[in-house]
Amino acid sequence: MTRLPGLIAIWLTLVISLCLQVMPLPDAWLMWRPDWLALALAYWCITAPQRVGVFHGFACGLLLDLIEGAPLGQNALTLSLLTYLCLLLYQRLRAYSIWQQAVMLFVLLGLIQLVEQWLRTIFGPVSIHLEFLLPALIGGALWPWLFTMMQVLRRRLGIT
Amino acid sequence: MALRTFFAEGGLIKPLFSHGPVPSYRMLLCAVLAFTLMFAEHRLSFMEDVRAQLTTVVAPVQWAVSLPSKGLAWGSLMLSDQRALVEENQRLRQQLLILSHRVQRMANLTAENVRLRELLNAAPRGEVPYITAELLSLDSDPFTQQMVIGRGRRDGVYVGQPVMDASGLIGQVIAVSAYTSRVLMVADANHAVPVQINRTGRRFIVQGTGKLDTLSVLNVPATADIREGDLLTTSGLGGRFPEGYPVAEVTRVKRDSRHSFATVEARPLAQPERSRHFLLLFPPPLAADMNSEVNADAALRLMEKVSIDTRAQETSP
Repeated sequence: MTRLPGLIAIWLTLVISLCLQVMPLPDAWLMWRPDWLALALAYWCITAPQRVGVFHGFACGLLLDLIEGAPLGQNALTLSLLTYLCLLLYQRLRAYSIWQQAVMLFVLLGLIQLVEQWLRTIFGPVSIHLEFLLPALIGGALWPWLFTMMQVLRRRLGIT
Repeated sequence: MALRTFFAEGGLIKPLFSHGPVPSYRMLLCAVLAFTLMFAEHRLSFMEDVRAQLTTVVAPVQWAVSLPSKGLAWGSLMLSDQRALVEENQRLRQQLLILSHRVQRMANLTAENVRLRELLNAAPRGEVPYITAELLSLDSDPFTQQMVIGRGRRDGVYVGQPVMDASGLIGQVIAVSAYTSRVLMVADANHAVPVQINRTGRRFIVQGTGKLDTLSVLNVPATADIREGDLLTTSGLGGRFPEGYPVAEVTRVKRDSRHSFATVEARPLAQPERSRHFLLLFPPPLAADMNSEVNADAALRLMEKVSIDTRAQETSP
């Protein structure tokens, strides 16, 4: 199987980004953490849409729910929505320049955060912060570097 | 004929813009599945078991992400210079002296209290057994105040169990898996504790605000005797927390003559950011009618070990 190294690489990056996503941080820094898992999923959906899809998003979201103690299915829904949007848009995104991609990613991540806030308010009282867009902003700003780095990795492993 | 060759070749022509699968049906399936899971967890009780089983799967990830902070703590201990260690040692010795002085008086007072309660024919107050637990990770979600500790069903932990640190009440256990459990802290917006003012005995309810250093005291009449600096302890009325453990200190009382209720804020006494070790309490009335699922034997074994340890410590000096 020539696809096996690619499969391992994809799941490895997803697990690493999951670890980054749930890494304990001081309380003041939590707001500034980008959505690592969402960024990794978006990257693979844009560059390898035949291999990574909605079910990957669902599975990763479910794991995130279990670790974070969120209602089961909350992150699964938002992340599968993200992968779905990326799969719809991946041709357009590939044609964009890297900074246009970053702006588009900011919009997508912000949308996901908004849906997550809605779900939270459905399932009980929460303290609403307006800063919930910060992770999306930082995710968008990080995108060009992340994208370039992952492209190098992907070309070296020959994943399509 | 031409049509036939067109179709025959049609399969071979590679389209210029190949489009991958548009996964609308998959998205629909995932959305339905996610909503089903969310509502099932909200309504059905057996989902707690399912979740507990599944959480065991992600325990390695939880353990792995707690490694860097453990490593940092270890590294800073290794790299701290001798003077700092000597200073810390001296401070700890002083603290030990103060605490042992208090304990000596405490033994006397406890005996006196037992005698007085006997005179009054009041029910005797038992000691609350406990086991210790180590912090695995503080919550990674900025909108909730929870943490994960390294004790689980194997150690007899159950949902609703009170958790303490050295200086006050931390919160309660809300989910238990085989080796870890999740604690909802008093500062979470979903958490409330029945308390009483230590000075007057007046009872209130304290609710979290979502901020780690602020709690709000609910429904305080504007005429109530409550001041800044008052100590709030658990009243034991909810049946969940044993009586008399410190919870918070009143930091701000705002009385407004236009409203019949005062706005009162308090600061939790527990320090979840600083402590790494916690106590899981086993309040006696609950210990009697624990669920059959709770592994009581494991808990009893651990408690025996703890009490032997403390006895050894008591006898050694």
